[in-house]
Amino acid sequence: MSGAEGHRLAGLDYSVVQQCIHCGMCLPDCPTYRETGQERNSPRGRIAWMRAIADGEIEVNRAFADEMYYCLGCLACQSACPADVDYAQLLEAARAEVEEAGILEDRRQRSFWRWLALRAIFTRPRLLRGIGRGIRVYQRTGLDRAVRRSGLLRVLPGRLAALEPQTPRIERRFSPQRIPARLLPGGEKPRYRVALLTGCVQDLAFSSVNRATAEVLLANGCEVITPPVQPCCGSLHAHNGAIGLARDLARRQIDLFPPEDFDAIVSNAGGCGSHLRRYGELLADDPAYAARAAEWDRKLRDVHEWLVEIGCRAPRMAPAPGGRPLRLTYHPSCHLHHGQRIRRQPEQLLDLLPGTERVPLAEATSCCGSAGIYNITQPEQAAKLQAAKIKHLRATGAEVVATANPGCHLQLVNGFPPGESAPRVTHPVVLLAEAYARER
Amino acid sequence: MSGTLPPLAVQLPAERWRTAPEDLLAYSFDGTAGLRQRPLAVGFPESAEEVAAILREADRTGTPVVTRGSGTGLSGGSVPVEDSIVLCTTRMNRILELDRQNLTLLAEPGVLTQAIHGEASAHGLFYPPDPSSQKISTIGGNVANNSGGLRGLKYGVTRDYVMGLEVVSPQGEIFWLGNKCVKDVAGYSLRDLYIGSEGTLGVITKVLLKLVPAPAAKRTLLATYDSMEAAAATVSAIIAEPVIPCTLEFLDRKTLQCVEEYTGIGLPTAAEALLFMETDGHPAAVAEEAEAMERIARGEGALEVRSASDGTEAARLGEARRSAFAALARLRPTTILEDATVPRSELARMIAFVAKTAEKHGLEVATFGHFGDGNLHPTFLTDERDPGEMERVHTAFAEIFEYALALGGTITGEHGVGISKREFLATQYDEGSLALLRQLKATLDPRGILNPGKLLPA
Ligand SMILES: Cc1cc2nc3c(=O)[nH]c(=O)nc-3n(C[C@H](O)[C@H](O)[C@H](O)COP(=O)(O)OP(=O)(O)OC[C@H]3O[C@@H](n4cnc5c(N)ncnc54)[C@H](O)[C@@H]3O)c2cc1C
Ligand code: SF4
Ligand code: SF4
Repeated sequence: MSGAEGHRLAGLDYSVVQQCIHCGMCLPDCPTYRETGQERNSPRGRIAWMRAIADGEIEVNRAFADEMYYCLGCLACQSACPADVDYAQLLEAARAEVEEAGILEDRRQRSFWRWLALRAIFTRPRLLRGIGRGIRVYQRTGLDRAVRRSGLLRVLPGRLAALEPQTPRIERRFSPQRIPARLLPGGEKPRYRVALLTGCVQDLAFSSVNRATAEVLLANGCEVITPPVQPCCGSLHAHNGAIGLARDLARRQIDLFPPEDFDAIVSNAGGCGSHLRRYGELLADDPAYAARAAEWDRKLRDVHEWLVEIGCRAPRMAPAPGGRPLRLTYHPSCHLHHGQRIRRQPEQLLDLLPGTERVPLAEATSCCGSAGIYNITQPEQAAKLQAAKIKHLRATGAEVVATANPGCHLQLVNGFPPGESAPRVTHPVVLLAEAYARER
Repeated sequence: MSGTLPPLAVQLPAERWRTAPEDLLAYSFDGTAGLRQRPLAVGFPESAEEVAAILREADRTGTPVVTRGSGTGLSGGSVPVEDSIVLCTTRMNRILELDRQNLTLLAEPGVLTQAIHGEASAHGLFYPPDPSSQKISTIGGNVANNSGGLRGLKYGVTRDYVMGLEVVSPQGEIFWLGNKCVKDVAGYSLRDLYIGSEGTLGVITKVLLKLVPAPAAKRTLLATYDSMEAAAATVSAIIAEPVIPCTLEFLDRKTLQCVEEYTGIGLPTAAEALLFMETDGHPAAVAEEAEAMERIARGEGALEVRSASDGTEAARLGEARRSAFAALARLRPTTILEDATVPRSELARMIAFVAKTAEKHGLEVATFGHFGDGNLHPTFLTDERDPGEMERVHTAFAEIFEYALALGGTITGEHGVGISKREFLATQYDEGSLALLRQLKATLDPRGILNPGKLLPA
């Protein structure tokens, strides 16, 4: 894999590798350790393994490669770790090491899907949209239901068949058709100038979330800049060992959104944000970009974080008409909660909504199994986590589930069997935007 | 499967033996800094009978056996020795019985401490011992190390709650020691022999625990000081009152800052010392004691005394205190903590000595611990890659242990001797009592297969 050089376990600052004091405090929070009870499937065991590789004690092999992809990358261990171990950085380096060694390449099917996802599609925003249109036609014509019914899917290799219902419902219009490149708040002089990152999957499957984000920012006095064609942020690439591609994409983002021009660069997808805040680290060795990347990190905000920071205005109306309060709950995306440590803000925003009642979700911070492309690469473990999450969601009796990451959003929607009266899954800013809209 | 253990391997189904290098690597350490050794194999027994079969075979072949719970020990107790097999108890994790009439709970050794708390509290009962590792430590590990916790001051330690044990001897016999009787003087208290034996005498396969009624009320107070002496004076005055709170913990400034960095719950990081105090019991008594504690703290010059507003905040503060050790690991590559313990009247002197010793050797130290019990955790923040510095750390610990003994204390209050402190044990024990220890070990484990190289000095 190109450009992975210098991003290997042995190349990491040794303090990162050595930071784990093997106290075990993260073990009960790790979904894979809870599943198997084996140290090798725990953060502590994985870090020991990475360290042994960094120390040159053992070689990168197939078992290591499999383990690094059995890990969800949910970063629950990072939240649990009092010693401040940077597991995200370790895992990224470990996966890059695996890709560089080419160990998993002989699995033809895997390498084809990886190639398609990481290299061919998620680097080309226009192509991604084209595919989106194709899928939409397939869905709208009812062809998808016909295909599912026909049993054709049973002929497909197991994991592809399992994947099919996951394909996002593609929205009719993508962000650029909905959001003008520059929006000014009505009446007042803008208090802030912000850039809106539309994200790849968010843009395809949930462009209404992007639209809502723009509206909520406008309602809070921000001028919103949304360039129509935006590169992928590179998070899928970095989280899956393709560091060279991730660096290229980061440079393209910085060129498109000169950080010095904005008060904030706003992301509304947990998974992207968690990567977007780390451009500084990613480009630290690039003399042309290091300083701007650091400035970028300083400006980058998750949308909830930004709204709370600037004092989000409480809507005067409930998000939906109706006499009794709307029961809602919040599922924190791993990369927002553990990765970006944005923990209280989404709930603070939800609590601003009149006419709603927020109920707590049991084991809220446990991964739903979406985890980037994990549900594609490890479908069984992903399904177990999904089932556990859905069980807890049902128990809340909530009519609305708020979550702030497209992967989680899809995973939750797909987790309710067809026919069950499932709660509506949506993004916190959509609820805010709906409430603001009802003021008018 | 490696070729090295066919005689033992038959005692468990193959899928419950692990011999791949990466598995051995993952079981080659516990929570102690700087100790690492890969075993030959790791086995996961599910019953006392399986344990017995393995031990019998190990005894016959002279294979060392290291019992392991969750591997959070801080003295190297479950770090494998050379050519050993590890018996990991995590699959023996059922709670077998909760007896409401006799207020007891029977559990397998791999049950997590926190699960015991949960089960007891679901029945309105209470299991007080609460080592800071409770969310992952096993009850078997707690018993084998006789672990303490934050509530030790009022409620005592693990030993005070063990009513019975099932133990497998190295010869593969299964013994039941103890019963549900509150009073029992029939013969030697053999059960007590195994509590704190660190896996060197037998493998614990069941634990019968005593439960108590859950306290009806609890109050949590934080007091900050501009000197450790003022905090110490507060503790002495509270005990002399006499009030025995459930918890009297302290953190020094450096620990406080690390804990705040981890938790972000708004602890007052500018203070030199913080006392974390809890009283529990009958609501009227709790109110009275909390008032006395607050009055005394103010009288001794506390900068600020604040009270947790509700149970959630109290739990958060407790969690924060529990994270102290691991949170200190933020500062330097290697974190080594000890648990020298002195009579509580001597604690302030001990803390001052630790600070002086660190300064003398040019080392960075942070100290926190159980003020009420005289159990402190001097924690050196260092770098294991620097042999010179490690040498100085070693010397500093030797001086600290010596001073603790001179004050009438002990080299370890709760973490056990394991590997890390075995060489210091000879300074605490006189020759006669050391010989008695050895004699006991030789009688119960004549071939020396259980956790060799631990606890007893070489
Ligand atoms: C962050 C942190 C905080 C801690 N806080 C405290 C604290 O507040 N108080 C305290 O006392 N300790 C504390 N400890 C130390 C440690 O957690 C305790 O000693 C705990 O009881 C060990 O449990 P474990 O299951 O991890 O046992 P392990 O570490 O696996 O084993 C400990 C010892 O017990 C033996 N053993 C384990 N199971 C059995 C069995 N079934 N039969 C026979 N022998 C057995 C092992 O051979 C070993 O010698 C802390 C550790 C950490 C990492
Ligand atoms: S990222 Fe998630 S699955 Fe991976 S080690 Fe951490 S907690 Fe476990
Ligand atoms: S990752 Fe953190 S919590 Fe987990 S074992 Fe290492 S230091 Fe402890």
